[in-house]
Amino acid sequence: MEETNGINSKTYMDLEILRFTTVGSVDDGKSTLIGRLLFDSKSIFDDQYDAIKKSSEHNGDSTVNLALLTDGLRAEREQGITIDVAYRYFATPKRKFIIADTPGHIQYTRNMVTGASGARLAIILIDARKGVVEQTSRHSFIASLLKIPHMVVCINKMDLVDWDRDTYERIKKQFKSFASKLEISDLRFVPISALKGDNVVKRSKNMDWFDGPTLMYLLETIHIGSDLNHVDCRFPVQSVIRPQSAKYPDYRSYAGKVAGGVFKAGDEVMVLPSGFTSKISSIDGYDGEIKEAFAPMAVSIRLEDEIDISRGDMIVRVNNVPEISQDIELMICWLSEKPMNHNGKYGIKHTTKDARCIIRDIRYKVNVNNLHRIEDDKSVGLNDIARVSIRTTQPFFFDKYSRNRTTGSVILIDEGTNETVGAGMVI
Amino acid sequence: MFSSYNLSHLGELEAEAIYVIREVAAQFENPVLMFSGGKDSITICHLARKAFHPAKIPFSFLHVDTGHNFPETIGFRDQLVKEVGVHLIIASVQDTIDSGKVSEEKGPNASRNALQTTTLLEAIEENKFDAAIGGARRDEEKARAKERFFSHRDEFGQWDPKNQRAELWSIFNGRKNVGEHFRVFPLSNWTELDVWQYMLQEKLDMPSIYFSHKRKVFVRNGVFLADSEFITVKDNETLEEKTVRFRTIGDMTCTGAIESTACSIEEVIEEVASARSAERGGRMDDQRTEASMEDRKKEGYF
Repeated sequence: MEETNGINSKTYMDLEILRFTTVGSVDDGKSTLIGRLLFDSKSIFDDQYDAIKKSSEHNGDSTVNLALLTDGLRAEREQGITIDVAYRYFATPKRKFIIADTPGHIQYTRNMVTGASGARLAIILIDARKGVVEQTSRHSFIASLLKIPHMVVCINKMDLVDWDRDTYERIKKQFKSFASKLEISDLRFVPISALKGDNVVKRSKNMDWFDGPTLMYLLETIHIGSDLNHVDCRFPVQSVIRPQSAKYPDYRSYAGKVAGGVFKAGDEVMVLPSGFTSKISSIDGYDGEIKEAFAPMAVSIRLEDEIDISRGDMIVRVNNVPEISQDIELMICWLSEKPMNHNGKYGIKHTTKDARCIIRDIRYKVNVNNLHRIEDDKSVGLNDIARVSIRTTQPFFFDKYSRNRTTGSVILIDEGTNETVGAGMVI
Repeated sequence: MFSSYNLSHLGELEAEAIYVIREVAAQFENPVLMFSGGKDSITICHLARKAFHPAKIPFSFLHVDTGHNFPETIGFRDQLVKEVGVHLIIASVQDTIDSGKVSEEKGPNASRNALQTTTLLEAIEENKFDAAIGGARRDEEKARAKERFFSHRDEFGQWDPKNQRAELWSIFNGRKNVGEHFRVFPLSNWTELDVWQYMLQEKLDMPSIYFSHKRKVFVRNGVFLADSEFITVKDNETLEEKTVRFRTIGDMTCTGAIESTACSIEEVIEEVASARSAERGGRMDDQRTEASMEDRKKEGYF
């Protein structure tokens, strides 16, 4: 292997991070693809490579099984499947990457949702021999539901279909026809062989009919700068900082992570739920005042007036307030084996706010294969996706999920087991 | 291609970690920060100072002391704790051995690494800690790659990796029953290189053994181990003086050194960036079996 991946202490201190997820059906080659990305970008250490080489030989594989790099649990290695999200990290001179490698098995869909919720790009893998299958539809639908802004469909195992262009075009057409019913803002296709490395990092010599970019080129260059909301100012208060020390006897600031918009000293703001208004006197960081705070910075804000503010409140701009209501319409992905209880009560978390809610109505379920609404069977079980209407014990301040992934998302908690049972997105 | 409202990777990772640390303070009654004096815990300590500035860090520090630490680390630990002004609780593996709850491993490869789990769980129970913040990172080891930020532990301190709570967006569910606790990992998404780059950016001090120095070492299982009173050199092993540094700092009996001339953070970063072996490659505790870390973690290891 070559010496370096091109990083030294002076350069590359300021890289952008791209968080992406890989989804696909079982045996579509996700783990192999990630192994390939790590291997060809020189992000695998010699001792790690030697270890998987040894395991591969032990298992009787003819080539080094790159998938062994990502399957971290004993049960996963034994069964040869991915059970839970595994996170992987690599960097090129252009970007840093955080990969959430998610399970393909239907029973682990909730883990896929976990991996996809933070991603800005999804790689959807399709086996060229099988084309679009049920799992592909389900995963693509979830990715679009979670509003992952960029989607790259990799048609994999092209080596097993003789690098056939018609197969690629047929699957591409098949996917596009399904995807026309989804909201995907940026959709790309690449024919690859993760096993052989074609069009992953290096351009394929076997598919000269393909003139689009390689997967790595897309990962390094897709524009992600405008994926966060820098328009609607939203600052959910996490805690109040009051040192009460000799040096800072009267200091009081509100700590949190900016969820949207840009905040500056002097801005006129409103605090929810009280509705009181004030001005930002300063935005404080550890090394002094910060000129502008924007998502996803973690800062603390001081106001000119003394107002009663606590965790769960939200600081917004006077002329741009979120929706304030106890009644919320959600698309929900159910994560628990215990079915959703119609009229049941659940704990609910939204930004830094905790409350309780009741499921008032299950409006319909979604058939994830054809995206049809199911209105006659309203039982919502594990991995089901449904539209529901809930009422919370106190007013929430929220935006549509499509407008802001932070202020538009909630989780539901079973109050008996404390498990997270639902992932909800505000419609 | 930076728009004006874009954070660098270090800025984004820092914000994420600060948010997580603040969530711990808000969601738990009696959290503790696990502090070993190594670079990851130094980084966490710095992030915690930032998170609550200008107020003090609102929780104690806990060090699980095997009694086999590098003296340089302990000296550094004590000085930093004094400077930050937090309360340090030392949970001693020696005390656990003396009380008869665990017995010391025998033989030349004996290590107290695995014994730490019992000491840690006892300290958590005794002090009624409901959350323990640690510096573990997902890039360190393949079982750690599966961790959540908020990782639930049952009343026996056990981790159930096959049935973890879903963790969505950045909404962290820290609800639990009495007697259970959480492990929280704010540095989950950091790599070894990120930590070093951040230490350079923030001008953080660290124990001298991270930098090149001369030391008497011997080779065991392909790893340079430091000569110390805690380890027996076998007859077929020879002590020699080498110019080395440590990439991770653990117990002296199982932490391997690497040959290095890197004397500054800049040089360490260049070395890490071009390194061809994994950070924990020198950790003999991880090498016992392929699932060493997973097994220890299930029982309640860091």
